[in-house]
Amino acid sequence: MNVAAQVQLESLDVRAARVAEVARQHADAVDAEGRFPAEAVAAMKAERLLGIQVPVSEGGEGASFSDIAELCSVISQACASSSMIFAMHHIKLSSLVEHGFQSPWHMAFMARVAREQLLLGSATTEGGIGGNLRNSICAIEIDGDRCRLEKDATVISYGAQSDAILITSRAGKDAAPSDQVMTVFLKDQYTLERTHVWDTLGMRGTCSDGFLFRGEAPAEQVFPQPFAEIAAQSMLAASHLLWSGVWYGIAADAVAKAQAFVRAAARKSPGQTPPGAVRLAEISAQLQMVKSNVIAGLKTYEEARHDGEKLSSMAFAVAMNNVKICSSEMILPIINGAMLVCGIMGYKNKTPFSLGRNLRDAHSAQLMISNDRIYGNTSSMLLVHKQDTSLLG
Amino acid sequence: MNEKIRELLAKLGNLPTPVETLADDADLYTAGLSSFASVQLMLGIEDAFDVEFPDHLLNRKSFQSIAAIENTVQQILAARKVA
Ligand SMILES: Cc1cc2nc3c(=O)[nH]c(=O)nc-3n(C[C@H](O)[C@H](O)[C@H](O)COP(=O)(O)OP(=O)(O)OC[C@H]3O[C@@H](n4cnc5c(N)ncnc54)[C@H](O)[C@@H]3O)c2cc1C
Repeated sequence: MNVAAQVQLESLDVRAARVAEVARQHADAVDAEGRFPAEAVAAMKAERLLGIQVPVSEGGEGASFSDIAELCSVISQACASSSMIFAMHHIKLSSLVEHGFQSPWHMAFMARVAREQLLLGSATTEGGIGGNLRNSICAIEIDGDRCRLEKDATVISYGAQSDAILITSRAGKDAAPSDQVMTVFLKDQYTLERTHVWDTLGMRGTCSDGFLFRGEAPAEQVFPQPFAEIAAQSMLAASHLLWSGVWYGIAADAVAKAQAFVRAAARKSPGQTPPGAVRLAEISAQLQMVKSNVIAGLKTYEEARHDGEKLSSMAFAVAMNNVKICSSEMILPIINGAMLVCGIMGYKNKTPFSLGRNLRDAHSAQLMISNDRIYGNTSSMLLVHKQDTSLLG
Repeated sequence: MNEKIRELLAKLGNLPTPVETLADDADLYTAGLSSFASVQLMLGIEDAFDVEFPDHLLNRKSFQSIAAIENTVQQILAARKVA
């Protein structure tokens, strides 16, 4: 039996725990230096985790969004940047897995991702457009069997380390801004000229530099269906659910640190309730809310997954938007509460209770597709969509 | 009904192309209908035909083209007659 097959005999949890261990060892250096978590990503590849979403028939393991979200949470509790890279890779892979079956090229490519453990990057954000991902300025040029694209991609996480980039554009030079396609370009089919450096408050290891992207590839690498369909039916859900898995992990780690702090205090003075104990109970309830919200979102997706009509309904879009809003907003008061529990020990760096990185990483959540933008989008849908008021429905 | 839908589309659709040039089965999303504009169009149609879109019809397909919109509205009106 070869090494890959042997690794795949072990459960995803065990393999992710080993990745988390590697990620944890380097997390502070990755954060301080703002460098790519090369060790953690190498561990993901060694554990064959980059291909798990690909169906078994194509050489993967057929992992669901729920499986992957759980791994995001596990890795995030050690290093949120590593986990976000893992999440973003799988969000891109979901476009191939959910929409690639109509095209031989994309089918073959997803098998290759699993076989070679290729890392997929994303370029939706564009200069002059920001996070309005359903609009593009740049246009793909299709010339016979070749396609060419130039994009002012202001944020491409691990762009320099990606093995391929999935990139959005208008469908052609005369297409409307919302008439978009997505194309896969392989590393040797594009050049990246760095235009912005990712020196940020948090999520520093994602290395989300800005680039001028210039690519040329066979035209069959353009997804056959409109990007609108890919976005509505899988990408938005994948993004909001897997990101939420990462964010939940950041908050869960903070709550675990606060609990360790309170328990240590309780053991020192038995018979007395430590001062942080009530606050801990409060953030534990808040964390449960985030968790329930993510689980409910995952369940909604898994139930709708094979029902194109449900996936493109407003009810589904509103539900996914709400998952993102809730998890990205709730993690901040939770981590803040954990900081109040741990006090100076949480505020200081390099203690077992340090929460600085959690807090800084967590602040990216509301901006990663601005919550104001998402609120705007949901509020417009709520003008016609009537909220389901049942408890279980 | 077709004419009224076209009139509302011209007013609320915010399309870069003139509505007269669109065939009944032309893809409105390809023509540049944004999700915001599609909601405005739905509201306009609800008001003009005195209907309410049930949730299962609030999807991209129902508003994909002028013909699809017409079909969607007919469906709601027919269901009302039966009820
Ligand atoms: C860690 C991280 C990794 C990322 N990785 C990638 C990547 O790999 N590839 C990629 O393409 N992108 C990536 N992004 C970018 C991300 O997806 C968003 O596009 C980006 O965060 C939005 O940028 P912006 O705030 O400049 O732009 P905008 O979306 O333009 O928002 C700017 C501000 O304007 C306001 N605003 C704008 N429009 C509206 C509206 N309609 N309603 C209300 N308010 C509005 C909001 O207050 C918002 O904060 C990443 C972001 C982060 C944080």
